[in-house]
Amino acid sequence: MMSSVPLSWYLILSAILFGLGIAGFLFRKNLITVFMSIELMLNAVNLSFVAFSYHLKQVDGHIFTFFVMVVAAAEAAVGLAIILTVFKNRSTLEVDEVDSMKL
Amino acid sequence: MDLILFLIFAIFAVACAINLVIQRHPINSALSLIGVMGALAVLYLLLGGEFIAAAQMIVYAGAIMVLFVFVIMLLNAGAERRSSKSLLVRLLGVPLLGAFFAVLGYTVHRLLPAVDPVRFGEFTGGSPGEFGRVLFTRYLLPFEVTSALILIAILGAVVLARKEID
Amino acid sequence: MDFFTLTLIKAGIVAAILLTTLAYLQWAERKLLAHIQLRLGPSRVGPHGLLQPLADVIKLLTKEDLLPAHVNKTLYMIAPFLAIALALIPISVVPFGPEIEVFGVNTHLQLTDLNIGLLFILAISSVGVYSVVLAGWASNNKYALLGSLRSAAQMISYELPLAVALASALLMANTLSLREIADSQAGYYLGFIPRWSVFQLPMPQIISFAVFLIAGFAETNRIPFDLPEAETELVAGFHTEYSSMKFASFFMAEYANIITMTCIATLLFLGGWHPLWPAAYGSSFVPSIVFFSGSAIALYHGLHPARPKDRYSLPAVAIAFLVAGLLFLVPALGGILTPLFWFAAKSGFLLFLFIWVRGTLPRFRYDQLMRFAWTYLFPVAMANLLVTGVLVAVFA
Repeated sequence: MMSSVPLSWYLILSAILFGLGIAGFLFRKNLITVFMSIELMLNAVNLSFVAFSYHLKQVDGHIFTFFVMVVAAAEAAVGLAIILTVFKNRSTLEVDEVDSMKL
Repeated sequence: MDLILFLIFAIFAVACAINLVIQRHPINSALSLIGVMGALAVLYLLLGGEFIAAAQMIVYAGAIMVLFVFVIMLLNAGAERRSSKSLLVRLLGVPLLGAFFAVLGYTVHRLLPAVDPVRFGEFTGGSPGEFGRVLFTRYLLPFEVTSALILIAILGAVVLARKEID
Repeated sequence: MDFFTLTLIKAGIVAAILLTTLAYLQWAERKLLAHIQLRLGPSRVGPHGLLQPLADVIKLLTKEDLLPAHVNKTLYMIAPFLAIALALIPISVVPFGPEIEVFGVNTHLQLTDLNIGLLFILAISSVGVYSVVLAGWASNNKYALLGSLRSAAQMISYELPLAVALASALLMANTLSLREIADSQAGYYLGFIPRWSVFQLPMPQIISFAVFLIAGFAETNRIPFDLPEAETELVAGFHTEYSSMKFASFFMAEYANIITMTCIATLLFLGGWHPLWPAAYGSSFVPSIVFFSGSAIALYHGLHPARPKDRYSLPAVAIAFLVAGLLFLVPALGGILTPLFWFAAKSGFLLFLFIWVRGTLPRFRYDQLMRFAWTYLFPVAMANLLVTGVLVAVFA
């Protein structure tokens, strides 16, 4: 039984997840789902970082992943606050309907 | 064992990601995203990232996604309405995406020959001790800058979400 | 003996003990609460209601399993399973005692020792909030939704002081493996003051122990922080729509979370299985003395029975206690059982505290709950972390 996995498989998985993130970002209309697609892309990139970290036998990739997580946390806090404000002002989360600068 | 675990969690991650994209209600998408994050945490463990796997669960799945779910439940805006797509998109969309992924996978596989297969336990540099040592020596400045970023984010969130006092 | 057989045996023993404790913790809670409120508590099924948990299990198993028409079916079914699974997993990394030798096999009294053990528990418990959130959302009921919204906000808020309190204890232990954390608290100052985290120099962790306990009450949705299931406002909160075994899953998950919380507190702050004073001053005889005095009390009441049937039942209990006490004196068994006794005694005291607080304190208001977390608990925990860090850096 083959007991090891080629590194490229991890990268392909990362690419597929990133592609699905792009697809969600482009096709979904709900603001929150769009936002979550961005998080999916960040996660896909994190997987690449960790895989390369393994390849280079260095911990630096994990640290980049850690920073991505921290930035994602900050982004989620601000982004969700913006979404709350948008919903308060317009009562909708459909991106197509949020199209005017001023109410 | 490595291969089986990788396949299980890779397929689970992709299935959850697809579910995220095709679900109409954001709460289902959020739960799928949590599934992706859990599967990725296991893959991090397989790649020797013990600390980062735990951080993934605690920070991403346990804090950020709770925030998402909280907002979705608070707003309760309901499912997305169905949008009309052209016939071309409906017929060719999914096959083209599959073809794109196939080409992408082939390219990555050719660029990176399987010289260094991943075996669990070969790389142990991702332990909390080693991680912390590098984080607080070589990456100390970025770390401190990040704390400033977090502070600004907190202030921004408070300003955006507070009630207007008239 | 190979690794898998050994692990399977240990897992079986741990699961059996854990599930029994879960059932009898609930009995103990009802009994203690009743005595605090000058009632008798369960007393019909078996002597002193001791078979009540069994009766409850039969009742819950045979009750009709309702599936309300308006719920989101998949999520509604997943939530209780998630709750009980995520509540039981953390016990797999908890060490109950030191390395022992049974029938020539050396093993640790622990299922598995991860070098990220504490982070593992935190990771699992931070995902645990989803069971509550999903239950509330899937029920499609405004009370359930309000309960789970409250729970989500409360758990995020109290996770911060909890983690910071743990961090200051970790600064002293200098490891994340639970076994090594407990071992770092072995030994005594001046020969008799235990080096437990709460007493350890350079910074006794009494403050972070208190913060951890308070945040632990909130994390496990216990009174005075049980807003997610406040029956006066929200019927039953997030599990309003659940019945039968699904309800029992939430119920068991709550108690399993409490047990995990007390185990972590014991390991991180109260020195795990290390006794309160050294074996040189006779701490290894404590279990025997406790059981012998229990035996003497039972025998005394058996000789002066309050009810006729006590004449036979109490001496039987006395003999059982006597045998238990004698077991601790057998050298081969005593080495295994004494650490377990100390671990159980400390966790048991903390469990008693959980029940005691429930019988004593009223529920907070929701704004008070949030203000308490952010304006008192979190700053106190941070200040404690800062002082601990400085002292550890200077003295260690």
